[in-house]
Amino acid sequence: MALYSEKVMDHFTHPRNVGIIEDADGVGEIGNAKCGDIMKMYLKVEDNVITDVKFETFGCGSAIATSSMATEMIKGKSIDEALRLTNKAVAEALDGLPAHKMHCSVLAEEAIKAAVKDYYDRNGIAYDKRQFPDEDCPHCHE
Amino acid sequence: MKVYADNAATTKISEHALAAMLPCYETYYGNPSSLHTIGQQAKEILEDARSRMAKCLGCEAREIYFTSGGSESDNQAILSAAYTGAKKGKKHIISTAFEHHAVLHTLKKLEKEGFEVTLLSVAEGHNVKARQVKDAIREDTCLVTTMYANNEIGSVLPIAEIGKICKEAGVVFHTDAVQAVGHLPIDVKAENIDMLSLSAHKFHGPKGVGALYVRRGVPLLNLIEGGAQERNKRAGTENLPGIVGMTAALEDACRDMEKNAVYVAALRDKLIAGLSRIPHCALNGDPVNRLPGNVSFCFEGIEGESLLLMLDALGISASSGSACTSGSLDPSHVLLAIGRVHDVAHGSLRLSLSHYNTPEEMDHIIASTGQVVQTLRNMSPVWRDLQTGKRQYIL
Repeated sequence: MALYSEKVMDHFTHPRNVGIIEDADGVGEIGNAKCGDIMKMYLKVEDNVITDVKFETFGCGSAIATSSMATEMIKGKSIDEALRLTNKAVAEALDGLPAHKMHCSVLAEEAIKAAVKDYYDRNGIAYDKRQFPDEDCPHCHE
Repeated sequence: MKVYADNAATTKISEHALAAMLPCYETYYGNPSSLHTIGQQAKEILEDARSRMAKCLGCEAREIYFTSGGSESDNQAILSAAYTGAKKGKKHIISTAFEHHAVLHTLKKLEKEGFEVTLLSVAEGHNVKARQVKDAIREDTCLVTTMYANNEIGSVLPIAEIGKICKEAGVVFHTDAVQAVGHLPIDVKAENIDMLSLSAHKFHGPKGVGALYVRRGVPLLNLIEGGAQERNKRAGTENLPGIVGMTAALEDACRDMEKNAVYVAALRDKLIAGLSRIPHCALNGDPVNRLPGNVSFCFEGIEGESLLLMLDALGISASSGSACTSGSLDPSHVLLAIGRVHDVAHGSLRLSLSHYNTPEEMDHIIASTGQVVQTLRNMSPVWRDLQTGKRQYIL
């Protein structure tokens, strides 16, 4: 019995969409090195649709796998659809994560939100601030 | 290639130890407390094992108490010395910041009960100096407890010097020697050790069995109450197969100690030299006074759990002190104690070797680790920031 599902290991060992987008329309970074997880998400947006997405992650296996899966789940989708992506949906798409690793999947959801917020800010698009988390590592404050 | 390099976590049982255990299940299965012949045969085997264990450690048979392992031995030794000291109004204990949790958590419990604990710093040289112990001893010190060698970073402490200081000060000295027994020459009398904890599965013996050496004259209180086993000091039917397996393993380890230490240290040094070539890394632990089988590094810009998983996929079993592997949010207290900051402590890797390892395996570890560290760095935003100068290198 392995710690992670086959899908997690597949996305961890062969992560999709790794890298950066030099001329990204939105960039979001979540977490900090002190607690061992940093996720950075780059978005390319055209007509409200995410045409390209790349990520960089410093973190454990599940942090890398959730980053990879989350990018696949939002690529080609509208911004609104991307904002509706939950950590639970990412974890389910990976056939589940161990209970103590669920917080890593929160990072992926929040990195996407932070990137969208950056896109809104850059383009002067109005939004409800409450739908975005503080740009801070959620589990540092536990 | 499959490489087991996590021998500080546990070892593969030796064929000899396993073979020695089987008759205790099949033939000599009696209870040593029983009066009948089959019970008395077991009793004889038990006492023979005790004498042989004692010989390996340089003590008398009656000074050996069999336990379930290192954690139980640590708990009993520390609680016993503390409560005995308290009766005389002595409630100060000296230990180090990089002890195993079996020691640290026991000390935490004692602090809640009103004991005062001094944890000596290990930041300088990744080790403790005997002088620090001497300076910390007070009128009311009832116990000094320091590990013999560190499980994560391999530093070997100056035990004989600490023992001498404790003897001169009249303070009980306990050492958690779980990582040292069977790997380093130990003579409890010559080193003035009053109590010593050991665990069989760290030297190719079975799991679930260990021992506590207690020098004659040092009071010992019970942790487990019940029957009169172990001279009334540790209740419960003796784990005879385990005890016999442990004895066989320790005798082998002591007989081959020098040969194994030379062989394993050469593997260790090959591995350290190879891994040191990876940029922005640092060796953890005392570079000179070091366990023959311990290699511990921090790699900047990556996280330890992902490093372990990728190494595992390449057939290598290792360990890390990152938060994600410790089950808590903080990285290993040992790495923090030697002064590694969180960012770097998360990227740690421990490889612990045994005489079953080979030089070819070291080549495989070196090549694989270099490749995996690079792969992870290539997807790490921290590494990018380090390379672009947005963040300063620590290592």
